[in-house]
Amino acid sequence: MKRTDLSPELQAAWDEIDGYAKGYGLDYFPIIYKVLDYKTLYEVAALGGFPIRYPHWRFGMEYDQMAKGYTYGLSVIYEMVINTNPSYAYLLEGNEMVTQKMVMAHVTAHVDFFKHNMWFAYTNRRMLDEMANHATRIQRLINRYGYEQIEDFIDVCLSLDNLIDYHAPYIKRPEARTEIPLSSPRPEEAAVEGLKVERDYMRHYINPPEYLAEQRQKQVEEKQKARRFPENPQKDILLFLLNYAPLDPWQHTILEIIRDEAYYYAPQGMTKIMNEGWASYWHSKIMTEKALTDSEVISFADHHAGVVATSPGRLNPYKMGLELLRDIEDRWNRGKFGKEYEECEDIQAKRNWNKDLGLGREKLFEVRKLYNDVTFIDEFLTPEFAAEQKLFSFAYNDRSDLYEIASREFMEIKEKLLFQLTNFGQPYIYVEDGNYGNRAELYLKHRHEGIDLKYDYARDTMRNIFIIWTRPVHLETVIDDAPYLLTFNGGELTKQKL
Amino acid sequence: MQRIQQDLNRFRRIVRGQIKKNLRKYMSQGEMIGRQGKRAVSIPLPQIDLPRFRYGSKQSGGVGQGEGDVGDPIGRGDPQDGSGEAGKDPGQHIIEVDITLEELAEILGEELELPNIEPKGQKNIVSEKVKYSRIRRVGPDSLRHFKRTYKEALRRQVASGLYDPKNPVIIPIKDDIRYRSWTETPLPQSNAIIIYMMDVSGSMGNEQKELVRHTAFWIETWLMSQYKQIEICYIVHDAAAKEVDKETFYHLREGGGTRISSAYSLCNKIIDERYPPAEWNIYPFHFSDGDNWGNGDTQICLKLLTNELLPKSNLFCYGQVRSLYGSGNFIHDLKHSFENEDALAMYEITKRDEILDAIKEFLGRGR
Repeated sequence: MKRTDLSPELQAAWDEIDGYAKGYGLDYFPIIYKVLDYKTLYEVAALGGFPIRYPHWRFGMEYDQMAKGYTYGLSVIYEMVINTNPSYAYLLEGNEMVTQKMVMAHVTAHVDFFKHNMWFAYTNRRMLDEMANHATRIQRLINRYGYEQIEDFIDVCLSLDNLIDYHAPYIKRPEARTEIPLSSPRPEEAAVEGLKVERDYMRHYINPPEYLAEQRQKQVEEKQKARRFPENPQKDILLFLLNYAPLDPWQHTILEIIRDEAYYYAPQGMTKIMNEGWASYWHSKIMTEKALTDSEVISFADHHAGVVATSPGRLNPYKMGLELLRDIEDRWNRGKFGKEYEECEDIQAKRNWNKDLGLGREKLFEVRKLYNDVTFIDEFLTPEFAAEQKLFSFAYNDRSDLYEIASREFMEIKEKLLFQLTNFGQPYIYVEDGNYGNRAELYLKHRHEGIDLKYDYARDTMRNIFIIWTRPVHLETVIDDAPYLLTFNGGELTKQKL
Repeated sequence: MQRIQQDLNRFRRIVRGQIKKNLRKYMSQGEMIGRQGKRAVSIPLPQIDLPRFRYGSKQSGGVGQGEGDVGDPIGRGDPQDGSGEAGKDPGQHIIEVDITLEELAEILGEELELPNIEPKGQKNIVSEKVKYSRIRRVGPDSLRHFKRTYKEALRRQVASGLYDPKNPVIIPIKDDIRYRSWTETPLPQSNAIIIYMMDVSGSMGNEQKELVRHTAFWIETWLMSQYKQIEICYIVHDAAAKEVDKETFYHLREGGGTRISSAYSLCNKIIDERYPPAEWNIYPFHFSDGDNWGNGDTQICLKLLTNELLPKSNLFCYGQVRSLYGSGNFIHDLKHSFENEDALAMYEITKRDEILDAIKEFLGRGR
């Protein structure tokens, strides 16, 4: 077995970086470094950072593509860190010392973020064990039911793994439930009698026909409500399926595992910009203020430039997060916030605003604790920042078959950006009715926000839901500005205008 | 073995399965021919990606960063996204996978149940492989064999009583020194020559040429997997034949009539001059729309085939592509004359879907 722990030189570098990071007030779980050759590093990366996962071809596909990227020199992974306690971080063997130092500094901030950001509060910090358990459980199922069958079902579950409620760990939502089990007969409703009438001639007066009609209407509504299942729309479709789909125990196990892992990774998706920005902020701070030796400056600058490089069609989360954090630090240092600043109309005065508050660092630590990408952008993206960073929104042009710069207007950029980040930029789909048409059919609804679903993907995903639900699956959505009901009942997908 | 190897193998198997399943489609559309590298092709594979509910990319757009004015283009549209009209023409989700030509040939072989070709006995070029397995007394210093030299010196000193166990100093003299030397082992190596002949008369249109090109790609892929080394000649003909390079072969368009015999005799000449049948496995392929110039020429062709080409070739293949103008008689003449001739395979390709069947007919004989 090859040694994977830190060499004495790296250990010394780590002790140094560790001291600086703690000195700045970063507070992280213990970090265990592993130095891996590129093959092993890419293997771990393909497995999502965990050395033991259940067998699945998509890990192989990812490895194949990453290894190709490495072979052709297109992409390099320098580092990888996982959200566990203690935290494991992987270094690429043979990188020069300055790179390793930069990576270590980067990693401290990531782990600090894992530990303190509120969206990570409910993640399982013993995920290493959990993943290994998942692997064992699935391996057992494979031994029992055969590879193909298990793999097929994992494929089905994976294609639904974005149908979870990203806020569920933080909010108690009404469960999907019915008062009366669907199968048992309902008690007959009493006929509407109205108020008690002593004297017959008073009947019209006490119970006017409008009142009775109203009461009857109310009863019908209540009855309908009682029939609704689930009572409230369910965003966590996976949970709904776990609870109510006719799953075999082994299917239940797999779906549960996939859902667990999806929730584990969710906060990382929700804080990509902040997390990477935070880490880049600190590696740059620690390196430039403390750890860099003279001979390392050029290499560091080169690497750092690579990390924060931008290209027109893509937003680099490292760059965006880093710049926005720096902007916040500057604003809170100079007091560029609050009512007085907001209402000031003199651009010159605004630009030179300086109240020497020095609150920047403190604010940053607060931001890393309380925000996720959506709230972060919503609160701190300013028109000045957008202009300075040359942000733009782009859109697809049908006629030229090109993506073109659509606007540099602040509101449009912000709106687009928030849209991209909300719900991970994924369509918002929930269970509307689990007993549609009283035939135990599943009725899903897509909350259309201006963008249609990718049709072929939607078709195949519905096929997969059908495999789990085993009864027809409906999806209400919008195609080319017209509402449609897509229905999959085991044959072809049908499309019906609503 | 790495943990990931298991998943990687599984992924590769899935890729192979997909290719096999869609082989007829790939063969008819020729998607991979355009993406051919030296040793591998890149294949667009549908349905390897896991489907999820997600947005169509065209309407969504996004946010970017950098220079540019409103209206400046920043990137191409997603070519796989269909025409945007969902429902009518659902685009496929596609990823690209590289596959080596050997692997592709293997898939082709498995799917079409192609037998491996047994190269004919005499047709092996003997090449020599050098192996350093001997010892000599003379040679260059760079090949000196220290251990053997030491042994020789030790033996000599012991024999001549110069060896002192208390002071075991061994000094080799010139006679002791040994050198590594090589032996030559003959290695049979089978070579093959493909001779493509194509009718480029006016009646052969672009579609017909595409058919030929696709068929040729698969023939080459298979034969390359069967022989160490392959050479390819290209002959075009209308009323007269000439040898051309690959580029010209597929793009040249001539007018005029057709005399197939001109190509056959040129082919025969090339074989006689450059590829003696004793040393080469010879594969002439002829593509035409089957419209020959009069019965006289067809008679010459049949004679050439019987007396010269068929005896010399491993396999002579005739592919007839249907065109609007041709009478398509030639294949009937061939069928009539060579009913049960093993060395002659023919197929009439009417549409692209049939490339697979043509290949099976051509290569299914294991010759």
